[in-house]
Amino acid sequence: MAKEAQQQVSYTVEELVAVNPYNPDILADLENYVNEQVSSQKYSLDANLCLLRLYQCEPERMSPPIVARILIKALMAMPAQDFSLCLFLIPEQVQSEEQFKTLIVLSHYLETARFRLFWDEVAKNRSLLESVPGFQQAIEAYAVHVLSLTYQKVPRAVLAEAINKEGLALDQFLEYHVANSGWAIEKSQGHSQLIVLPPNEFNHPELKKNASDSVSYEHVTRIFPVLS
Amino acid sequence: MAAYDADSSAGGDLAYDPNFVPDSVKTFVVHLYRQIREKNVYEIHQMYEGSFNRLTDRMFRESPWPTAEAVEPYVDGDHVFCLLYREMWFRHVYARLTPTPKQRVESWDNYCNLFGVVLHGVVNMQLPNQWLWDMVDEFVYQFQSYCQYRAKLKNKTEEELQLLRNFDQAWNVYGVLNYLQALVEKSNIIQILEREKEGLEQFTVDNGYDYQGGSNVLKMLGYYSMIGLLRVHCLLGDYRTGLKCMAPIDLSQQGVYTNVIGSHISTIYHYGFANLMLRRYGDAIREFNKMLLYILKYKQYHQKSPQYDQILKKNEQMYALLAVCLSLCPQQKLVDENVSTQLKEKYNDKMTKMQRYDDEASTVYDELFSYGCPKFITPSAPVLDEPLMNYNQEAYRLQLKMFLFEVKQQQLLAGIRSFLKIYSTITVTKLAQFMDVDEATLRTILMTYKHKMHSTDNDGKIVSNADIDFYVDDDTVHVVEAKPTKRFGDYFLRQILKFEEMISELEKVQLD
Repeated sequence: MAKEAQQQVSYTVEELVAVNPYNPDILADLENYVNEQVSSQKYSLDANLCLLRLYQCEPERMSPPIVARILIKALMAMPAQDFSLCLFLIPEQVQSEEQFKTLIVLSHYLETARFRLFWDEVAKNRSLLESVPGFQQAIEAYAVHVLSLTYQKVPRAVLAEAINKEGLALDQFLEYHVANSGWAIEKSQGHSQLIVLPPNEFNHPELKKNASDSVSYEHVTRIFPVLS
Repeated sequence: MAAYDADSSAGGDLAYDPNFVPDSVKTFVVHLYRQIREKNVYEIHQMYEGSFNRLTDRMFRESPWPTAEAVEPYVDGDHVFCLLYREMWFRHVYARLTPTPKQRVESWDNYCNLFGVVLHGVVNMQLPNQWLWDMVDEFVYQFQSYCQYRAKLKNKTEEELQLLRNFDQAWNVYGVLNYLQALVEKSNIIQILEREKEGLEQFTVDNGYDYQGGSNVLKMLGYYSMIGLLRVHCLLGDYRTGLKCMAPIDLSQQGVYTNVIGSHISTIYHYGFANLMLRRYGDAIREFNKMLLYILKYKQYHQKSPQYDQILKKNEQMYALLAVCLSLCPQQKLVDENVSTQLKEKYNDKMTKMQRYDDEASTVYDELFSYGCPKFITPSAPVLDEPLMNYNQEAYRLQLKMFLFEVKQQQLLAGIRSFLKIYSTITVTKLAQFMDVDEATLRTILMTYKHKMHSTDNDGKIVSNADIDFYVDDDTVHVVEAKPTKRFGDYFLRQILKFEEMISELEKVQLD
């Protein structure tokens, strides 16, 4: 029953954002929705942008902990650019506060694929990041994504650094993806492991469909009068 | 509405009598009023674009037109006509003179009244699209101007500060956004565009006009408000929401938005800029290219238009932004030859510098971005206690800072690109040596290149923007050149339609 009531609230918030976004009265609802996104591992960029816009218009009502949570959720949405989109709406003085500086540094490391530095910094800021469940897994998914864009076959050490796993934890991770995501393991010349990532159009260019040559249905309808 | 106060006129022209209506103005308003009542859109357009500007040049270069109150008796006291007249009156003040603080607030009131009447659905006129576009465009412009004005607190007089305190609702950002949103909703324009895709509406074919005796005003104001919303959101730094507001309009096609050149340029300029900030460089380049080519071909036809200067300014800004996009994301085949020539003439040196990615590059990026970007605003109300400061640059500084940060993150990619152009395969070790970094760093640079050159579109799909691509097999980098995409499908469709047109023309010819 409680879960249904919760679903009711989030449906209303999304509706509010779609229908009446420029309304300072929904600020409290939007803040609650951020907390709900955190606790139930959901995410809505539009609702969060709406809230950041309201904060922009009424800076006295801004709540730093809520903004921090929004930014962490945005980090978890990578490779989507949500983090920058949020920052565009946050004034410079706010961005220079300690916790936001840390988050900006973390985003910078992820944007430039400096995973080792990233995980080191995360270790120094556990309290900030552990308050958002799913953070670890989300970043691991991003790391795997970037590796899949880049590598057909990636050395074990590179993967290990990217997802911050070693030894047994790494083996378990590999086992899971071999079984579920189409990964394979080979031995490289130096006797260390090579992980073969599934082929996609980014690491196997021959798979790239020439999508731009397909014509959309709407455009074809333009010549129906001619054909008849 | 308070009568115009001649003593505090910004023109300082004490000879100006707001209540004196010269004969030519009398004739003008009587004629215009009649044309509006008889719904002669062509005539209205001639008077609106032609006569109004000629009279302005002749008699009102440095003073306002007679007030709406003075003109009222000649138009049967028609309430809506006076609202329209007043809108033109304020627009003229903004264009040729400097509005006083009081006038800024009064103009806001007028827009509230005008939009209020339109939203009630009681306006049954047909007005030229140019006029309706100008209204929305001016509305957003005056909002932007007001935000800039009230953010400059340092040299304000006590009287000005008091005005700001008393009229704190004037031009408030919620009001502006809500009016635009209301026009979009009340006009049902989104549903109309949807139904048009299924062939149930003639909106685009009729250019928004109503040939069944109805009115185009609410519909077109709703349509143009979508572009207005894109613009306001760009000014606030919310690019994603701005693009969402424009989603109902298909930019790959001609549409009503292309028929008034002001709306065409404003749409593409803001669309392109938003995509640039979203790192969707391919989309931005494509749209800027199309627009610049269009302006190149057709600007001569607009030389006499009052908007000519604006067109030229936006043209230059788009070249600057295009230079920025192409430096961040070089593309061989997306830019038309003629546009490319113009671009090289204006920015060849600067583009070379930007692609070097050193400190000097940063300065050039700063310069071009600052020239090409919109005039960002801070939407919050000013804090009116001491100490009074100017904060009108804050919004711009934030966007610039974020943009330059992004540029810096992409700094190392230029080095990679130059090597990828030369080699078809190269080991990680060798490449690291050439770039003078250790292997681990090189691997991060390779991944950064991949990440930055692929953007996420609105549906979450990953799209590649890279002209040169690669993949890594253990410790070897294999380079792949992106194939130029030939759009055969589109080409054939266009030719089919063209030939059909020609054939039907020929069939009409009768030989004796």
